[in-house]
Amino acid sequence: MTGSLALTTLPATGAAHAAWLLLAFPGFGALVLLVGGKRTNAWGHWLAVLMSLASFAYGCVLFAQLLGRPASQRGFDLHVYSFIPPIGRFVVPLGIRIDPLSICFVLLITGVGSLIHIYAVGYMAADPDRRRFFGYMNLFITAMLLLVIADNYLALYAGWEGVGLASYLLIGFWYYNPAPPVAAKKAFIANRVGDVGLSLAIMLMFAQFGSVSFTGVFSQVHSARPGTITALGLLLLLGACGKSAQLPLQSWLLDAMEGPTPVSALIHAATMVTAGVYLIVRSAPIFNLSSDARLVVTIVGAATLLFGAIIGCAKDDIKKALAGSTMSQIGYMMLAAGLGPVGYALAIAHLLSHGFFKAGLFLGAGSVKHEMDDEVDMRRFGGLATVMKITFVTFAFGYLAIIGIWPFSGFFTKDPIIDAAYAKGGTSGAILGTAALIGAAITAFYMTRVMLMTFTGKRRWDDHVHPHEAPPIMTGPMVILAIGSLCAGGFLMIANRLINFLAPVVGTPPLSHGFFTVTSIISLALVVAGAVVAWLIYGRRDVPVTAPRGSLVTVAARKDLYGDAINESLLMRPGSWLTRLSVYFDTQGIDGIVRSVAAAMGGSSGRVRKVQTGFVRSYALSMLVGAVLVVGALLLVKL
Amino acid sequence: MISPAHYVALAAILFVIGGVGVLIRRNALVVFMCVELMLNAVNLSFIAFSRLHGNLDGQVIAFFVMVVAAAEVVVGLAILTSIFRTRKSASVDDASLLKY
Repeated sequence: MTGSLALTTLPATGAAHAAWLLLAFPGFGALVLLVGGKRTNAWGHWLAVLMSLASFAYGCVLFAQLLGRPASQRGFDLHVYSFIPPIGRFVVPLGIRIDPLSICFVLLITGVGSLIHIYAVGYMAADPDRRRFFGYMNLFITAMLLLVIADNYLALYAGWEGVGLASYLLIGFWYYNPAPPVAAKKAFIANRVGDVGLSLAIMLMFAQFGSVSFTGVFSQVHSARPGTITALGLLLLLGACGKSAQLPLQSWLLDAMEGPTPVSALIHAATMVTAGVYLIVRSAPIFNLSSDARLVVTIVGAATLLFGAIIGCAKDDIKKALAGSTMSQIGYMMLAAGLGPVGYALAIAHLLSHGFFKAGLFLGAGSVKHEMDDEVDMRRFGGLATVMKITFVTFAFGYLAIIGIWPFSGFFTKDPIIDAAYAKGGTSGAILGTAALIGAAITAFYMTRVMLMTFTGKRRWDDHVHPHEAPPIMTGPMVILAIGSLCAGGFLMIANRLINFLAPVVGTPPLSHGFFTVTSIISLALVVAGAVVAWLIYGRRDVPVTAPRGSLVTVAARKDLYGDAINESLLMRPGSWLTRLSVYFDTQGIDGIVRSVAAAMGGSSGRVRKVQTGFVRSYALSMLVGAVLVVGALLLVKL
Repeated sequence: MISPAHYVALAAILFVIGGVGVLIRRNALVVFMCVELMLNAVNLSFIAFSRLHGNLDGQVIAFFVMVVAAAEVVVGLAILTSIFRTRKSASVDDASLLKY
């Protein structure tokens, strides 16, 4: 059960034969919109929506095809194109693998992605660059799909880089403002550090196993040394940390909120930041063989879980609070993925339900921001439930899902992770489980804080804002996502549906004990306690419009727990010192050598020219000396 | 005939005197005369060797040298005259415009 692939992948048949259409639809959309330019301004956004929906439809067809087969045969490998000619052993064709794991992600990306595309048609209606936005969004969908359906690590890496590019382009979408380009650069550079890890892992795989395809690597992974396996696991974890904003590469996620809200919903909540979790779950055979790497994954997950939660408590910007929440929830997924075969399916379940409720929360925040004249400071909100009823209800569904109240999604997907952490046993299990419980309590606190500050209480609006409900094109997707927040968790977890579906790929966890265990009761109690504390602080008393100074922890959390300060002092200052040193060495050292050669030439010629005295007699003397020397030389030779 | 060594020695002495004169004297005309002295010294040694070998080669070369010397004097004196007309000085030290 552990460590072996129970799935045999067959060559593609039927509908899977054209699985490359998944990539072709949004790729075509991106191409037309970005190359077509202003001519496509009028209808570009509808083309993008259509392409995204087409991918979703095709994904559903593939899903139906998978379901129609027995469990051990649910895998297709499709060879698409060999664009790198074989160089010795190095053969990397572009291939597509459709199996339960990748189809889950395909449906998530295209489904939630299409809803967000529709939402963005309304959200970006007033923006003159809307066509460019949709071009980049389709580009993102293409790259993310490539990431999840690739059948080798190199094609995965191509998709990995593609989503990084799309993220950069979309965070810095309003490039003419000062903050977005800086945030985009920060995101890209932090991702790049992680990408070093992933590329080193791929190189190590090729050096050790001679192959980078999933079948090639996973079939040979038993024969590698334990040190190599652990190194591979840690390098893959580094890559995942960069993409999923886990410690120590977490600083970019809150700044990424400079992008438009649909971007935050799609890329930095539902899909791109979950790519790290996908990488770890996909590389399950590697992690199954190295308990050290798994331990590090769980530590990173647990630490980030608490880190993100503490940051989320002190942020007054609604999007940044939700970003801290995303960081924290992905910490849960990492924690689950690091627990081994027990947790892979739980991580994916939480990932899928998180995709629904977090995207819903972000779309709700975007709706609020849209109506409040682009204000995001929650201290200027208040009392919005009365004017934005649909937004309030859908946001409330997402809120109840994220804190894990039965019967919403979070209850079914988060509590099993805490159970599995405790079931790990030993001190590590106890610490991880307790950290996850504390994290749940803090999650309830800050999410209740967000709800109370935004939707209840007195109206603290500026004079010029007159919010009313968002247009139907925006509320429609929010409603669908709210229904998902209610049902997705239960649907996935009850009767172990998702666990059984993913079992051929990631292994079957031991039998679960049902959903109302002791830990889940304790977690519910802690969640209610956290919500009550938040109500005592923010619900009973008026919320001050200017932020109070707050305790030491609050001040630290407002500064992202000094994440930026640490990065700056550890990496940026030595780095810029190093570059200044290199520049100095280049201009003074190397240029100095070149200039000194020229100076030597000039100096020596300045001395040598003094021979030209202008006196005829001295010229005559030198002629005489020269003649004497020549004659002397001739005489010597003759002798 | 007496030994050609005497003639060659005399020619050498005349050559050195002429050479020193070219290097030391400042008046351009005296420099020219010293150049003529050097050429004539060489002529003397050519004649002596011609007498030694018994053929006329040396004497023919001496003729050539004299013709060249004459042509050179014409050109040199013409240059010197034009310099003297413009600068009012016949000193070789004064024509030092090619100084660095």
